[in-house]
Amino acid sequence: MPVSFGTPLEAQRAGISTVYQEVNLVPQMSVAHNLLLGREPRGRFGVIDVGRLNTRAAGLVAGLGLRLDVRRPLRSLGMGAQQMVALARAVSIDARVVIMDEPTSALEPREVDTLFGVIARLRSGGIAVVYVSHRLEELYRICDRVTVLRDGRVAHTGPLRELERVRLIALMLGRDTADVRLRGQTEFTGEHSARTGQPVVEARALSRRHQLHDVSIRVRPGEVVGLGGLLGAGRSETAKAIAGALPFDGGAVVVAGQPLRKGSPAAAIRAGASLLPEDRKAEGIVPTMSVRDNIALAALPRLSRAGVVSEARVDRVVEALMKRLRIKATSPHQKVSELSGGNQQKVLLARSLATGAKVLLLDEPTRGIDVGAKAEVQALIDELAAEGLGVLLISSDLEELVEGSDRVVVLRDGAVVGELSGDEVTEEAIMSAIAEGGTGDG
Amino acid sequence: MAETAATLPKPLGGRTRALAWLQRYGVYASVLALLLFNVAFTPHFLEVANFRTQLIQVAPIVIVSLGMALVIGTEGIDLSVGSVMALSSAMVVLYLGYGAPVAIVAALAAGAVVGAGGGALVAYAGVQPIVATLALLVGIRGLANVLVPQLTEFRNPTLITLGSRSVLGLPLVVIVAAVLTAVVAFVVKRTIFGRQLVAVGGNRAAAKLSGLPVRRILVAVYVLSGLLAAVAGVLATARLQASDPTSLGLLMELSAITAVVVGGTPLTGGRVRVLGTVMGALLIQLLQATLIKHNLPQSWTQMVQAVIILAAVYAARGRKK
Amino acid sequence: MTATVETAAASPARGERASQIVQHHGALMVLAATVLIGGIAFDSFATPQNAANIAVSSSFVAIIAIGMTFVIISGGIDLSVGSSFVLAGVLAAYGSRYGVLVALLLPLAVCGTIGLVQGLIIARTGMAPFIVTLAGLLGMRGLMLAVSGEGANTYLVEDDAFAALGQASLFDLTVPVYITLGLFAAGAVLLQRTGFGQSVYAIGGNEEAAALMGVPVARVKTLVYAVSGLLAGLAGALNAARLSSGVTILGSGLELDVIAAVVIGGTLLTGGAGGLTGTMAGVLLLGVIQSLINQVGTLTSSFQQVVSGAFLALVVVVQRVLHRAQRLS
Repeated sequence: MPVSFGTPLEAQRAGISTVYQEVNLVPQMSVAHNLLLGREPRGRFGVIDVGRLNTRAAGLVAGLGLRLDVRRPLRSLGMGAQQMVALARAVSIDARVVIMDEPTSALEPREVDTLFGVIARLRSGGIAVVYVSHRLEELYRICDRVTVLRDGRVAHTGPLRELERVRLIALMLGRDTADVRLRGQTEFTGEHSARTGQPVVEARALSRRHQLHDVSIRVRPGEVVGLGGLLGAGRSETAKAIAGALPFDGGAVVVAGQPLRKGSPAAAIRAGASLLPEDRKAEGIVPTMSVRDNIALAALPRLSRAGVVSEARVDRVVEALMKRLRIKATSPHQKVSELSGGNQQKVLLARSLATGAKVLLLDEPTRGIDVGAKAEVQALIDELAAEGLGVLLISSDLEELVEGSDRVVVLRDGAVVGELSGDEVTEEAIMSAIAEGGTGDG
Repeated sequence: MAETAATLPKPLGGRTRALAWLQRYGVYASVLALLLFNVAFTPHFLEVANFRTQLIQVAPIVIVSLGMALVIGTEGIDLSVGSVMALSSAMVVLYLGYGAPVAIVAALAAGAVVGAGGGALVAYAGVQPIVATLALLVGIRGLANVLVPQLTEFRNPTLITLGSRSVLGLPLVVIVAAVLTAVVAFVVKRTIFGRQLVAVGGNRAAAKLSGLPVRRILVAVYVLSGLLAAVAGVLATARLQASDPTSLGLLMELSAITAVVVGGTPLTGGRVRVLGTVMGALLIQLLQATLIKHNLPQSWTQMVQAVIILAAVYAARGRKK
Repeated sequence: MTATVETAAASPARGERASQIVQHHGALMVLAATVLIGGIAFDSFATPQNAANIAVSSSFVAIIAIGMTFVIISGGIDLSVGSSFVLAGVLAAYGSRYGVLVALLLPLAVCGTIGLVQGLIIARTGMAPFIVTLAGLLGMRGLMLAVSGEGANTYLVEDDAFAALGQASLFDLTVPVYITLGLFAAGAVLLQRTGFGQSVYAIGGNEEAAALMGVPVARVKTLVYAVSGLLAGLAGALNAARLSSGVTILGSGLELDVIAAVVIGGTLLTGGAGGLTGTMAGVLLLGVIQSLINQVGTLTSSFQQVVSGAFLALVVVVQRVLHRAQRLS
């Protein structure tokens, strides 16, 4: 019988519980209170019986084969344990189906093992689990059947065991051709230096706990280096670390021969490295300001004298960039929030160029914009590289990555697992690097 | 991938458009309406003496509101302005022995230091602006009272000039307010700092990624707010020829916040309307004067003010959604 | 240690434990230390009489602070309580000519209703609590002036039974002290041991999660402001009974003392954490400081404001530091 739920609560009442990627519990409250919020056992005078509350909560937790003190505040637990509590709550509401959305994204390997133990228990208890993940190892470890979604459509449904890993990746990335073949691993590990000249930006062994492991990348002037990998492989983190927007524990970033002070976007911009963030709304545009002021924002120190903005210079720069990037706005003074997604993206690109960037770090520059704007942005990237800028291109669109990049560095689980250049840059090679490269430990 | 609907310019509904208009121009329309009402129904309203009085009374509110507008532009709030006025007034009395210039500099410096303290709490310690400046509100008022425990009168020619003289028929106090308005408008519109503070309020993450010195900007904004409040305190003290830290600037933060919000600066930051703020201050002043002139009690002013604040914030909110 | 055996990262660091203790009981520890120092320094400080004085003078702030604790734990703030307090005093004194019942119920009904309306606006329109209650502050101040003939009329309490509510004492402690104790106990049970209290914590801790878990967010938020208004009204009425008149000039800035006491007591302004024990410690700490300053004699009472301002700043900074330490560990 088809149903449609208006609120999560309605779904819960029908026996469907969801465990979200970000733990959706109240961090300051105790584990027991979180588990039984709204269903606390009452004692005399209708007052909550804390003793029974804790016993019942402990029972729930033990039922999943876990041992933890339910009186402690939730946030004092590790992410894994918090995830288990969310799971325990989901299961305890008479759930028959539990949906888990990327439950392992913040977990340590050991915590993942515990989670899988719990899932196995649920399964043997007759509860169905919908497990949403992009981590292939996990899927193969615990799933019976798989459904691949791409661009909001079902691309494939079937038993997982019979599905070859490369074929699964091909389905995920939209290259569901039958002729995808595995290529030998040796072909993409070789060192290539097709282009000459000093690298304009160089990341040396960047490391950050849980996120990056010895990531080294160099981009030369005029070169577009693609950064491949699945979601959560550490691509955005790498770009952010280079741009000074994400502190890292080890390694160094060198721009145009100068080592950068880490954790300072201002230093990176001065040195010539500019980031186009993945989340345009949250980290890119300033919605209350005009197109013009948004473009000039990062370059103001260059466009001012004694702290006073030179409006004429701003106008010149903005006008030139709007023309060059073909930004469609009624005027430079239109509010940026009124533009289409593609034009907002171009405004951000213009902001980077206005700073006199030598290297652009583009994180999903064509995501969420319409087809026409996408083609325009891609053409612009080509133009800019031809003019001598270095480009680090992050894209989940394989076609874009292959056609746009001179070289592709493939990341998996925060580490470089392959580097392809020249004729090696093919969709098949990238996919097999994602599938086979690295240590394979999720 | 499809164009996301949210990024397309949305056709504005009639109600939304009305709210947007109200937020932007409501204050001008209200001031105009009040003026017309007074011209028609209030005897002696058009006399010069009356205008002088109104302007002299509104000047300190305008000056304090300018600083408040900058702070609110960064998505902050400064509750300490009234106490800073009291402190600066106390400083004037304490240092008057060294001459008026020294006293004035000491008063302004005190305001700047308090602002720097609040700014540091907000920018470096990460304390919410409302709490950080609440602590200052309480503590600084107390400090002013400790320094000057009771109403202290004095006679100082320089301060008399500052408080009571007119140039070309305009009271000096009003001229100072006008000049400061022009300066703040220039800072907001034309300087790096102005653009940057608006960006910090509009999208702090973007400002950070664009290499803006977010923390320094925040501290500077609170310093300016403290400085402007100190200016207002000095002018009020000069006018009274007395310092009364117990009552000077009491509840000024409320008037200033009202003026700013009514003037179309959203509490969510990202925009500073300098002229609107001045209009907001004028609106409060005119409202009060109108009610008094028509023998309506003080209580009405406050209740009407409450309604105006709610309406202004509601209009801003309607536009957001 | 009873952490999960499976998850290594789950065992709490010792530093975190310590920081939690400071967070929850810091105000109590400072209170104890202050009392100790005061007792050593001044002979007339650690006397039953002085303790009773502190209790009596703190009781009004304490009653309001109970409501404010609920509001702040829910993630909000109520700036209108000072005005509410004054308005209630005037209304109570005015109502006392019709007997003790009117004297009590009139202010409670008016302040409770205004609190409810503020709550409704906050919960239903999503406007910031700070600005809504700021408007409430102004509106109630205006209402108070209107009721009192622009502050010119001071109504005297004309009912002895009502006056007794503020003045009668048992063991040197007046009725408001006992009412405070009763409200504190009831409030603590409400907050810790009822579904309503847990909902308040849940909303302040993570509003979205609370809604997903089935908490009636809008209703709880509305009630919290109604309770705050009600308690401010009660405190104002009791204060009028104590003073035998509805004084119009007191109480401005009272909201700040109350917020300061709650925050010093360890309740986070970001919501979701805190409790009434801490709030009581915070209220008493401010009262003890006031008393100590009076003992010194040479210091004016304004000195107390300096100390509480400094304390408030110190406490929020320490809270931030503790918060960061907890996140890092």
